[in-house]
Amino acid sequence: MNTTDPAAVPPPLWLLAELTYRCPLHCVFCSNPVDYARTHGSELSTAQWCDVLTQARALGAAQLGFSGGEPMLRDDLEALVAHAHELGYYINLITSGVGLNRERIGALKAAGLDHIQLSFQDSTRELNDFLSSTRTFELKRRVADLIKEHGYPMVMNCVLHRYNLPHVDKIIDLALELGADYLELANTQYYGWAWLNRAALMPTAQQLAEAEGVVARYRERIGKRCQILFVVPDYFEQRPKACMNGWGRVFMAIAPDGTALPCHSARTIPDLEFPRVDQHSLRHIWYESAAFNAFRGDAWMREPCRNCDERHRDFGGCRCQAQLLTGDARQADPVCSLSPHHGTVEQHITLARKPKEQPLVFRNDSNSRLSLRGG
Amino acid sequence: MNNTPSNASTTPEQPRLRPMFRLQWEEVQQSWVMLFPEGMIRLNPSAAEIMRRCDGDRTVDQIVGELEQTFNMTALAPEVQAFLAHAREKGWLT
Repeated sequence: MNTTDPAAVPPPLWLLAELTYRCPLHCVFCSNPVDYARTHGSELSTAQWCDVLTQARALGAAQLGFSGGEPMLRDDLEALVAHAHELGYYINLITSGVGLNRERIGALKAAGLDHIQLSFQDSTRELNDFLSSTRTFELKRRVADLIKEHGYPMVMNCVLHRYNLPHVDKIIDLALELGADYLELANTQYYGWAWLNRAALMPTAQQLAEAEGVVARYRERIGKRCQILFVVPDYFEQRPKACMNGWGRVFMAIAPDGTALPCHSARTIPDLEFPRVDQHSLRHIWYESAAFNAFRGDAWMREPCRNCDERHRDFGGCRCQAQLLTGDARQADPVCSLSPHHGTVEQHITLARKPKEQPLVFRNDSNSRLSLRGG
Repeated sequence: MNNTPSNASTTPEQPRLRPMFRLQWEEVQQSWVMLFPEGMIRLNPSAAEIMRRCDGDRTVDQIVGELEQTFNMTALAPEVQAFLAHAREKGWLT
């Protein structure tokens, strides 16, 4: 049943270009690696990124995301968008809005940018600015207006957790007020900085159920005016998500330093060596590299996945979550109720119901450097 | 931005792909796809032939006529109408 035969490997259709880990925001739920400061100063050049885009397009990538960090901090973004547009990508910009002024948004439009996803941390200035440790709320509102003015489709993204789930209605109201075409309500996934802050961010099952009810009522009321995506928090599920649609099946992320990853959190897994675009071709990386083949097919699986009827539906869930919660990336994702480690997920949820007075760790360079020293 | 036509239940006379969607041929997938914010839908060949003609100029009758001529078939109207209703329901067309 091992399906790592190259002929059976589908092409990478989705490329995520994490242009930089630099970011003016300091969000407590950021999914960037906690030790991101390690790669500061080693970002790919414009020419290297262009080459990556060309290679990935030839392999079949059609969706392209420019993210980070904050991709607007790259002053060659317009040039990269122009190159990507020429290649025929559908180009998504995933941004906090900082740096997206009238001049640049116009230049990006002219270069062929297709869509902008704008993050908000909350519907209130207070919580938005507190969670990101910046004063950006008013700026984001202005950027939302610019996005509409320039005729881009707009996805508003808001990460959900115990602090803003209780007023998810206000967040939807904000999206409607700003004219968002899509609203992505993304419950926090516990990787990176969010993992550090999980005790503080974890909601209760009741908060989630109430928020889902609110979302359902809004969907009924607003119809197609704004499509609301509610990304379920998998800690509260009985089956794992088909993470990345399967490892090395659809998705390839390139980190700022040129490391190619099957998922942007993949460096959570310590015993894999991830290939770099300055050392190998993307074709080699996708089809031949040990890292991209590590969890393809089902030969790597352990019980209970190995003989599970659902293994080709969810691919055993998330490898990073298995690593974080069991210390072994080959285990079943413990979100699964069939996993012998399922109790650890429940412990994390229970623990969060009585949070100790633990300060939030903001995503910034000094906290990142502390992590490098094992702090 | 994308004004929803007032009578959402019927197919517009001159259907047009909503601006947030882009239709293109993908060589690697050997198929037409529809691209939109962070998503991609692979179209089967007949869906692609219909969608490619939804340019806001052609009427439904013209689309049906062209398809019948191109593929040397008759009585395609019900199938095309049904697909357009589906596409409309999905929010692909204005």
